[in-house]
Parts: sequence; structure tokens; C-alpha cells
Amino acid sequence: MTGRGKGRRGLTLENLLLTPYSVWAALFILVPLAFVAYYAFTDNQFRFTLDNVVKFFTATSSVTNEAGQSQEVHTYLLIFWRSLKLAVISTVICLLMGYPMAYIIARAAPRAQKTMVTLIMIPMWMNFLIRTYAWMTILQDTGIFNGLLDLVGLGPVHIIGTEAAVVVGMVYDYFPYMIMPIYSVMAKMDNRLLEAAQDLGCSNLQVLRRVVWPLSLPGVFSGISMVLIPSISTFYISQKLGNGKFFLIGDAIEGQYVANNLHFAAAIAFIMMIILLAGMALMRRLADRHMRGGM
Amino acid sequence: MKRASKLYTALIFLFLFAPIAILLLFSFNETKSLSVFSGFSLKWYRELFRDGDTLESLKNTLILACSSSVIATVMGTAAAVGIDKLRSKYARAAINTVTNIPMTNPDIITGISLMLMFVFIGGRLGLSSSLSFWTMLMSHVTFCLPYVILQVLPKLRQMDPALPEAAMDLGCTPMQAFFKAELPEILPGIVTGLIMAFTLSLDDFVISYFTQGNGFQTLPIRIYSMTKKTVTPKMYALSTIIFFVILALLLLSNLQDERADNRLRQSKHNERR
Repeated sequence: MTGRGKGRRGLTLENLLLTPYSVWAALFILVPLAFVAYYAFTDNQFRFTLDNVVKFFTATSSVTNEAGQSQEVHTYLLIFWRSLKLAVISTVICLLMGYPMAYIIARAAPRAQKTMVTLIMIPMWMNFLIRTYAWMTILQDTGIFNGLLDLVGLGPVHIIGTEAAVVVGMVYDYFPYMIMPIYSVMAKMDNRLLEAAQDLGCSNLQVLRRVVWPLSLPGVFSGISMVLIPSISTFYISQKLGNGKFFLIGDAIEGQYVANNLHFAAAIAFIMMIILLAGMALMRRLADRHMRGGM
Repeated sequence: MKRASKLYTALIFLFLFAPIAILLLFSFNETKSLSVFSGFSLKWYRELFRDGDTLESLKNTLILACSSSVIATVMGTAAAVGIDKLRSKYARAAINTVTNIPMTNPDIITGISLMLMFVFIGGRLGLSSSLSFWTMLMSHVTFCLPYVILQVLPKLRQMDPALPEAAMDLGCTPMQAFFKAELPEILPGIVTGLIMAFTLSLDDFVISYFTQGNGFQTLPIRIYSMTKKTVTPKMYALSTIIFFVILALLLLSNLQDERADNRLRQSKHNERR
């Protein structure tokens, strides 16, 4: 470190300013993560053990399938698979719904853009527990959704307590997280680029596919991770809109916490963290390659 | 094409606002029902203001949000200034990586990890309950910090680096140069960071849930324990009030932005003349 120009004085000042935060970040970000690993690999007496991690992969329980037969399943692997499945479905729906919306906002007049962005953000200001609870009352068998279906002459649909209801909740709660990053990338897009493509003979669809889509990819990737991560780890939505105690991986962690099995809760959290880290690294690599290829 | 996009926008906004509209409507319902509207009444609002526990948790939420956002803003601003002055690329990359952790990690992991540390230390110290207002405060400061830093850093980059140097050449101490020259330049970023930290803390449920204790209940936790049983429209009344307060604040800040924009346009116009 060579202090250019300002010499020593700048160096001590920056240390002085950074020290409180560095200490805080080490104590409250890094040390707690180490505690997750420590608890995951120890038993109640804090002796080293692999039991908690092994239990995640091997624990089985019997469930009754649709045919009414009892079946042995890997409890936590099944829960994890279900969380992943519902989170991916929700993310895809958010992307399909959000991408055109982001495009429409980005092409609107500046004043309209501002209004629409504010409107998209407003539901986020409502507490997420209440938002989810509102959906629970809407989707109930005797709720407003079924009442509307009845008016149109469609029979009542049983949706509360199903995976579809959980997906509705996830999409609703995290939808703005998909729109905002895509919109902010699109808003910065140079209009002349689109015009140039049109001048060179591209149809509207081709402009969208060849110019808009590749340029918006950074926003798409950050939108995907901003929806996928909270929906894979949620534990409230599934309790209210789905059924069963151990519905998703977040519920499993929360359930173990409530039951005071801190070591097993830590093990589940640890495994989830590792899988998410690996997934994100993979996606970043994919994103890098795509964006270079797309340009 | 135009019509299709208008219809699409309308459908999306319908999806986004239908649950909120229903919530607002049923907060004025005469009966307990959340599906049949039988008549207008302010009964649930009256009940809300009689519910001491909920009001207490509202007070707690505000205390926590105010203190954690102020602490996070002061520490985060100092950190951003320090990071901006860092010359070592590695040190900067290391700090950025650590700062990103609470934002990319799921809330449940942040909550569990802090809880494990507090419980472990509390156990070692032989405390009867390891979790309290203080553990919540520390947790809230932790997850608010990155957002403050991320708001302040770009403002520092936009600032002319000669500014504090010029101030020091004119006889300011580094401290004075910071407060008189740098601070006014980065103030918008600091204010945005403070507001973000405040609202994040206000709205947080997951991290609070794992680090709460000793009877200190915030509003989201109170709502959680209420939704475990059946919810009365009282909760809807509370949400309605919160919704309109926030809406008013948003409109106010938008209005102010617009006024600032107009002034800017005016001054540019005058310059051109």
C-alpha cells in the first residue's frame, strides 16, 4: 500500500473510519456463519459429529400416496426437492409476467415510468405476513376467488392448502423483485440501438430477440436470484397457504428451531447455504458466458 | 400493440392491488367475516386502539427501527468513506464480498446464524435468556449496514476527489474538510440509506423472529403470533393505517422530487438564456 500524494495521514484516517465496520462485519457476519458450521457438525455436548448432516440425507418417514398406500420417503430430500420445484416455478412465472411489464414501463414516458414504478413498489410496503394472509382469505374454499368463479358459472376450486396456492403466494410476494432489476437495465438501454436495428430491417420481434433480450440479461439474472433465493427459503407462505408442518425447507429449519434442535436446524441451514452458493456460482458463470456470447 | 400493453398493465396492477383492496375493504366490515361484507363500521379501528399489546409492539418496532437505522447509517457512512479511500484492491474486494453476504444470503440463514451465536455466548455466560432487545438491535444494524454503504458509495465516486483536498489546502483539518465539503455532497445518499434502513427494520420479520426474546415483541412478530390463530379484521385495520401513512410519505417524496426536477429545469433554462 503506497499512499500516493496524501501520505500517512490519509491512511490512518481511512483505518479509523473503517475499523468499526470491519470489526462489526467480522463479529456479526463472519463469526455467525462459522457458528452455523460449528453447530451443524457437533452434538448437544459440542462434540464433533456428522450425524446431523447424515440425517438430512438419510432420514426417512412414511407418507400415504394418492392411491392410499403407505410409502417410505427420504423426508428432507423430499422437502428440499419440493422447495426447489416450487421456487423455480414461481421464478419462471415471475419472469414471464414481469419481463413484458418491465419492457412496457421502460418504453413509457418518463413521468409515467415514475408513477408505474411507484405503483409496483406500493404492495411491498404492506407487511409480507399480512399480504400472505390476505391471499389466504381470498383463496379459501368460501373465499372471494371461489365466489367470483361461482359468478362466472365455474365450479368451486379447492386451491388453499395446495402447492398452487403456495406458488401464488410466492409470485405475489416477490414479483416486484423481478420487475425492478429488469426495468432498471432496460431504462438505461440506448434507444438509438433499437432504431438502428429497425433501420437495418429487423421486425419488432427480431429487435426484441436480438437486441432487447441480450441487453437486458444482467437484469434478468439479478431478478432471477432475487426471486429464487427468498422463495426457496421462505417459511411463512407455505404454512399459511400450503398445509402440513414441514412443507418447505424453511419450515423444516423453523420447526427444528422451535423444537430447540439447534444442531439439526444448523445442519439444514448449512446444507441449504452450500447448495445456494454453488447454484449462484454456476448461474454467474452461465450469465457471464451468455452475456459475452450475446453481444 | 398499444392496446394490448395497456390491457396487460391493467391486469398486472389488478393482480398487485386486489389483495390490498380487499384488505382495506374488510377492515371496515361490520362482522368478523373476511369473505362476506355485511356493512360499514369502524368497530375494528376502535378495537385496535384498545389493544394494548399491539400498540406496545408498534412502539417497540419504532424504537428498534429508529435506533438501528441511525446506528447503521453512521457506521455505514464512515465505512463507505473508508472503503472509498482504500487503495488496496484486495482489501476493497474482501470488504465488498463480506458486505454482500447479508444481502445475498436468505434471511432465514442470517437469522439462524446470529441466533446460534447469541445462544452460544449467552449459554457460556450463563444468562437465563440469551435473546433480548439488544440481540435484535445488533441483528437489525447488521442487515441494514450493507444497504447504507451501497447508497453512499456511488455518491462518493461521483464526487470530485479534489473537493476535500481543496478544502484542506484552504486550511481545513481533514475532519472539517469531511464535514464541510464532503458531507453535503454525499448527503442525498446518506438520507436514502437512512430511509431504506428504517423501512427494512420496520418490515423485517424473519431475522427478528429468530433473534427476539425476553418479551420484546415487534409488530411483525405480533402479527405472526396473531395469524397463528384466526385473525380478526383488527389486523386489517392496522394494515390500512400503515398503508395510508406510507402512501402519504411516498407521494410527499415524489412531489418533492418533482419540485427539485422543475427547479433544475428552470435553472438550466435560465442558463441557456
